[in-house]
Amino acid sequence: MVRIVGILAGAVFVFVLVLAALAPREDVPVDPTEEFHAHAHAPEGGWSWDGPLGLGVFGGYDNQQLQRGFKVFREVCSACHSLRYVSFRNLEGIGFSEAEVKVIAEEWPLEVAATNPDTGEATTEPAIPADRFPLVYPNEIAARAANNNAAPPDLSLMAKARADGANYIYSLMSGYQPVPADFPEDRVQESLHYNPYFHSLWIAMPPQLSDGLVTYDDGTEATTEQMAADVAAFLHWTAEPKMVERKTAGIGVLIFLLLFTSLSYVAYKRVWADVKASKVGGPGTRGGRADKGIHADAPGEGDHEA
Amino acid sequence: MATADNAMDRPATHAEDGVRRRDFIYIATAAFGGIGAAAAIWPFLDQMNPSADVLALASVEVDLAPIAEGQGIKVNWRGKPVFIRHMRAAEVQEAQQADVSSLRDPQSFDDRTQEGHRQWLIQIGVCTHLGCIPMGIADGEPRGDYNGYFCPCHGSHYDNAGRIRKGPAPTNLEIPAYEFLSDTSVRIG
Amino acid sequence: MSFTWAKPYEPKTGVGKWFDERLPVPRLVWNSLGGGYEVPKNINYFWNFGVLAGVALVIQIATGIVLAMHYAAHTDVAFASVEHIMRDVNWGWLLRYMHANGASFFFIVVYIHIARGLWYGSYKAPRELVWMLGLVIFLLMMATAFMGYVLPWGQMSFWGATVITNLFSAIPVVGDTIVTFLLGGFAVDNATLNRFFSLHFLLPFVIAGVTILKIWSLHIPGSNNPTGVEVKGPADTIPFHPYFTAKDTFGLGVFLIILAIFIFFMPNALGHPDNYIEANALSTPAHIVPEWYFWPFYAILRAFTVDFILPAKLWGVIAMFASILLMFFLPWLDRSPVKSMKYRPTMKLWTLVLLVDVLVLAWCGGAPAEEPYVRISQIASIYYFAHFLIILPIVSKSETPLPLPNSIAEAVLKGKESTGAPAGIKDTGTAAAPQPAE
Repeated sequence: MVRIVGILAGAVFVFVLVLAALAPREDVPVDPTEEFHAHAHAPEGGWSWDGPLGLGVFGGYDNQQLQRGFKVFREVCSACHSLRYVSFRNLEGIGFSEAEVKVIAEEWPLEVAATNPDTGEATTEPAIPADRFPLVYPNEIAARAANNNAAPPDLSLMAKARADGANYIYSLMSGYQPVPADFPEDRVQESLHYNPYFHSLWIAMPPQLSDGLVTYDDGTEATTEQMAADVAAFLHWTAEPKMVERKTAGIGVLIFLLLFTSLSYVAYKRVWADVKASKVGGPGTRGGRADKGIHADAPGEGDHEA
Repeated sequence: MATADNAMDRPATHAEDGVRRRDFIYIATAAFGGIGAAAAIWPFLDQMNPSADVLALASVEVDLAPIAEGQGIKVNWRGKPVFIRHMRAAEVQEAQQADVSSLRDPQSFDDRTQEGHRQWLIQIGVCTHLGCIPMGIADGEPRGDYNGYFCPCHGSHYDNAGRIRKGPAPTNLEIPAYEFLSDTSVRIG
Repeated sequence: MSFTWAKPYEPKTGVGKWFDERLPVPRLVWNSLGGGYEVPKNINYFWNFGVLAGVALVIQIATGIVLAMHYAAHTDVAFASVEHIMRDVNWGWLLRYMHANGASFFFIVVYIHIARGLWYGSYKAPRELVWMLGLVIFLLMMATAFMGYVLPWGQMSFWGATVITNLFSAIPVVGDTIVTFLLGGFAVDNATLNRFFSLHFLLPFVIAGVTILKIWSLHIPGSNNPTGVEVKGPADTIPFHPYFTAKDTFGLGVFLIILAIFIFFMPNALGHPDNYIEANALSTPAHIVPEWYFWPFYAILRAFTVDFILPAKLWGVIAMFASILLMFFLPWLDRSPVKSMKYRPTMKLWTLVLLVDVLVLAWCGGAPAEEPYVRISQIASIYYFAHFLIILPIVSKSETPLPLPNSIAEAVLKGKESTGAPAGIKDTGTAAAPQPAE
């Protein structure tokens, strides 16, 4: 009965699926801009966290680079983009001292929300290290209104919120270029900016970086590529601040597990040794049992420890 | 793997030896497993400790200017009330004259206040018995038998310097770490 | 339970005896995981996955409980609370990555466990209930995982919840009412998030309960084995402890190594970048996909593109649920008296095709809904239903199985000696399933 119902039900599903598989497909119009898309790529020399062979097992952050990236963020990006999940105190993680962080927080152009202790009215006050980076716009509506209806996204997690995050940010920031001559005219969007790394090719954000835009404290030459790479590295850190801790712990855990697994393999093989030995004995011999007398409960001993 | 097995398949004369080596492997494996399990438990426990953002909010700054002589205020510090009292000169004198050696938790008034700012008594307003908040800091609250602070939960009486005089509390009200930034401004924590 | 020759529990100490007489928990453990549980001696590494699934459940419950100490189930702060865990909570990043990757690995383990059951006929009498309880666990796991994925309140959380709950709107007449009921509103919102959190916390304990029933029912007939021949006598079995505790410990080590590689070195590889964008009810990501472990079923859902009496949407929903529910009938759809594919030359080939077919479905389910993926998924879905509902009932009746060994012990011995020996028992199964005993 189950089989008859089953076969009938199966026949129905198969029939409907065959109909669907045979149904003619509508032509999908070819996207004439397809060929203009470019793949995100790493800067020359790769990232500090790629580590040897690019495996990503070793390799931490380069604090010098992160501080340069922070400078780019502060002087360029932070005019429009927030960093809402990052606190000023976190900057100690990229090599700033406690005192430096205090100054950075205090001098940040935006203040944090506060309550006037005398009147109870909403007010603002300079940030302290414990505060998160203040929002640029109070909400998305304000962000849209101020930016021609394209809200600048929060950057805290950008490196994890886009496929191939750091490469993407680097490529996008350094990838603005003139519209190619053979680009289909009807796909040009005048109010936007051409960037082959952006998913739709047309991005609302104008090109931000130009050679020499910021002056690095460590004397690094501020080329567009350099700044793009530095700010991408900084945003990789804001998205994954615990990466170094994670990798360090991971290496320890893996070494431990490899040792433990090797040991347990040897133990497993030894526990089973008498079973295998008995196999030669012929049918009817009970593996394990037959040998018990000789081996004086070796497995039984394991009992207490396991 | 076959080689390893063959090594174990010795005649019975070597059995003793084999047993000893097996024991070692079993003990080592079990010990490793135990160590690993114990280490793995640590993150599960440590996550209950204060998180980084909680630790970062460890200090507050308080403006003392509005507090008139004889008045006290409560401020929130690490989620607990801190009592700040602007003591009158007479109160300071009274507190300094108490017989320290007779106290349950002997501590002089000068140990509980800072040089140059004796009139400011800053203490954590949490009864050292079981964590209730004693009365006596706000105007009009009962101040207990020693004209200081009185915890209504189990009847602990503190004197005007916050020292325990009567009742179940074992120690004086705790003094937080604080620092005067100016004569009218203090940072607690 | 267990076999008559199983070694009974004997307390080694006075305290043990005292305890056992009053509350025989030590006896229970001994009989189910100790020396008192007799297991076929020829089971291979595929039999490790039951224990591994249990370990995966424990990891999920342990990490989940501590994550719940920091997570806040409110649409305003859910996303931020997850970032709080990642940035500020001590070891929070580790606990969350363990939980997220642990879910994926739970499914990997369970899928291999199910495939092993299919291959060696573990679903057949006398283990039908073991199989069905396993399917109940699988369904509970899917519900739990789905609701758990909503909790971080990212874009994929939100739109995954929207799409999956909207499946129920395909039900005629009452569909929309049911969706509103499930959501507690007219769209996925705070009420939805809260109930999902509550249920996500509850269901793992239900899973644990069903797991106990499953192990109980398994221990009545005892474990299946690669020959599918039932245990005949003491020569066929060895005690669970120390033989399989040792083997499972080794298997656990290998499992943890692979899991650790993901947690520590590629923690987001199995996730989706869009879930690091906070949920936005006004904008759907360009390409939404469920978590990878739902891909085969998602492909079946999307394969139905033609209205035939019923609307295509309803067909998809029915088929998706049917694709799992039909497995409950497997013990009766398959009439062959032989369990293991090792001795079923025809069905073995079909089953291999099925395993590939499910992988193809998974690949299509993760791809965008466009050609050629849609057509491929339709063909793969055809095979999926045909396999279980048509091929299996018919072939299982008509095929001639290879001669079975008389007992497990005989199979083990023959397997050992058969290198180069004339036919009789083909050794083909060994390639697909390496046996530890060799």
